[in-house]
Amino acid sequence: MTAQITPPLAFEIDGLVKTFPVAITMLQRVRREPKRAVKALNGVSLQVAQGETLGIVGESGCGKSTLARCLVRLHEPDSGHIRYRGDDVLDLSGEGLRTYHRKVQMVFQDPYASLNPRMSVGQVLREALLVHNMRPRDKVAERVAELLDLVGLPVDAAERMPHEFSGGQRQRIGIARALALEPETLVADELVSALDVSVQAQVINLLLELQSRLNLTVLFVAHDLRLVRHISHRVAVMYLGSVVEVAETEELFRDPRHPYTKALLSAAPTIDPDQKTETTALTGELPSPLHVPSGCPFHPRCPVAIERCSRDVPLLLPRADGRLHACHLEEPVVS
Amino acid sequence: MTSAEPLLSIRNLNTTFHTNRGPLHAVRNVNFDLQPGEVLGIVGESGSGKSVTLRSILRLFQPPTQVRGEIFWKGEDVLKASRRRMLQVTGAEISMIFQEPMTALNPVLTVGSQILESLNAHEGLRGAAAVTRATELLELVGIPSPRERLAAYPHEFSGGMRQRAMIAIALASSPQLLLADEPTTALDVTIQDQILKLILSLREKLNMSVILVTHDLGVIAQTCDRVAVMYAGKLVELAPVRNLFTEPKHAYTVGLRLSLPEGGDSRQPLQPIPGSPPDVTNLPRGCAFAPRCAYVTDACREAEPELVQTSEGHLTACIHHAKLPVFGDGKA
Repeated sequence: MTAQITPPLAFEIDGLVKTFPVAITMLQRVRREPKRAVKALNGVSLQVAQGETLGIVGESGCGKSTLARCLVRLHEPDSGHIRYRGDDVLDLSGEGLRTYHRKVQMVFQDPYASLNPRMSVGQVLREALLVHNMRPRDKVAERVAELLDLVGLPVDAAERMPHEFSGGQRQRIGIARALALEPETLVADELVSALDVSVQAQVINLLLELQSRLNLTVLFVAHDLRLVRHISHRVAVMYLGSVVEVAETEELFRDPRHPYTKALLSAAPTIDPDQKTETTALTGELPSPLHVPSGCPFHPRCPVAIERCSRDVPLLLPRADGRLHACHLEEPVVS
Repeated sequence: MTSAEPLLSIRNLNTTFHTNRGPLHAVRNVNFDLQPGEVLGIVGESGSGKSVTLRSILRLFQPPTQVRGEIFWKGEDVLKASRRRMLQVTGAEISMIFQEPMTALNPVLTVGSQILESLNAHEGLRGAAAVTRATELLELVGIPSPRERLAAYPHEFSGGMRQRAMIAIALASSPQLLLADEPTTALDVTIQDQILKLILSLREKLNMSVILVTHDLGVIAQTCDRVAVMYAGKLVELAPVRNLFTEPKHAYTVGLRLSLPEGGDSRQPLQPIPGSPPDVTNLPRGCAFAPRCAYVTDACREAEPELVQTSEGHLTACIHHAKLPVFGDGKA
């Protein structure tokens, strides 16, 4: 049953492809060697319901950050469609795009690099409010104070500079900046991975609280499986530019179906010293996204690969038991 | 365990940096022993002094940084040893691997020449014998076609392969102790799993001891025999790994445990530790954790608690250790 999600939908993503060209040397140009490209997204299709938290997990190079950046149009995909509440996002321009940017906001990973070091926290928040005409000029200061209160920072934070804050507080500032525009959707790329363990929980609690208070849709991109499990309603697992499995969180963690999901879950260290595993979950390394393997991208490392896996690309389709994944070992249901 | 002669004994270790804002006491009065063949984990947040402790053992700090106390390596105080004697110990009997394999390896030398350098310096091996040994080492750490890979440069390796190469270099001197400073933090989880299992298998094969510094309690639970918890430069708890997870005896360790999400209670608020790790140049009087602690009393703010033993091999510097919750069979 997990292949279905309840409408209304926030995002419908269909066949998204994004490649990045690789710089070639003068020698390669003289030899007329073909231009090469990294395939960061290799036909990603996903649906996100309004008000849900979708976790997106995977290892480095799997395309999870590229996907997040395509959704807020920091990257322009090569092909495919993104629909947001019915509108074709990639066709938006001018005022329509401006409104979209206001409704779909991003919070970045690095709280040190994502705030302008020369602007006070108040200036950062005021700029967002003024650019989007969120409040008349005389009401802006009041709104800045409200926003700081919303994310649990003291009002005098407005006068201070980013370097005066700790990592956790800076992430709160990043969240306040995103919320200044009263968005419907937050795209959070590794929101807490730069923070100390004891501080991570504070920011996660803030996110959970704000989401239920403001009825936000959240895309939570992260590599920490424990955190993703804790905050997501559903989880999408990515590998080398493809989504390999999507399921309700508890179902995914209890009964993963795709061999890569299984390996990923068993490689994550649990905090129970009695649950030690003796064998490694996966052998081999992640292939370079410059040379994505033929067929199923996971087949060279897959413990249960069959001959067909190196030939045919498996599609993310519902299987007989209602689960949604992309593995040849279970035949999809043809409707 | 306690009856055996320790391989390494650290007594009253204090490491102080001199900064523009005055002295920074990065490590304060740390004491612990390491038994032969043991894997000791040191866990803590950024600024807790865990890496500095490791680097102090190898005397990687130069004046004006001060390293005081005693570090006994098989009975000999390495802090008092001559430079020459020190070189025989560090890099030979004690090896270290670092978090960032790309910055720790020399980018303009081949992996092979970096292994050969260590083989020359510590084992006196040269020529064909050295190449044979270097090939064996790469094979031991699980690098495929090792003979060919000797000629590769670090940039030709992936992150996991670089960490394997760094381990091979560290093993070239046949160390009895491997110091590992966040060896898997920069790696993906499936590669982390491979590297940790490799370190454990090498421990078995070569009968090495390991000190593993990490901020990840999961890594600790999966690899260590004993755990030292550090906070603001102090060792606040030391326990066998199972005890630390089932019955932590320091309020900070309890706080860390509770702040981690566990399966089953999804989307419920977590129990964070309030505030942030302290500024070590400006520590409060008494217990450094007191301002963030849920169990704090006036006594905590008055004097810094001493380490006390609560059961066999379990030490804590928390005066409220008897009030702390128990985590059942570890599956809490």
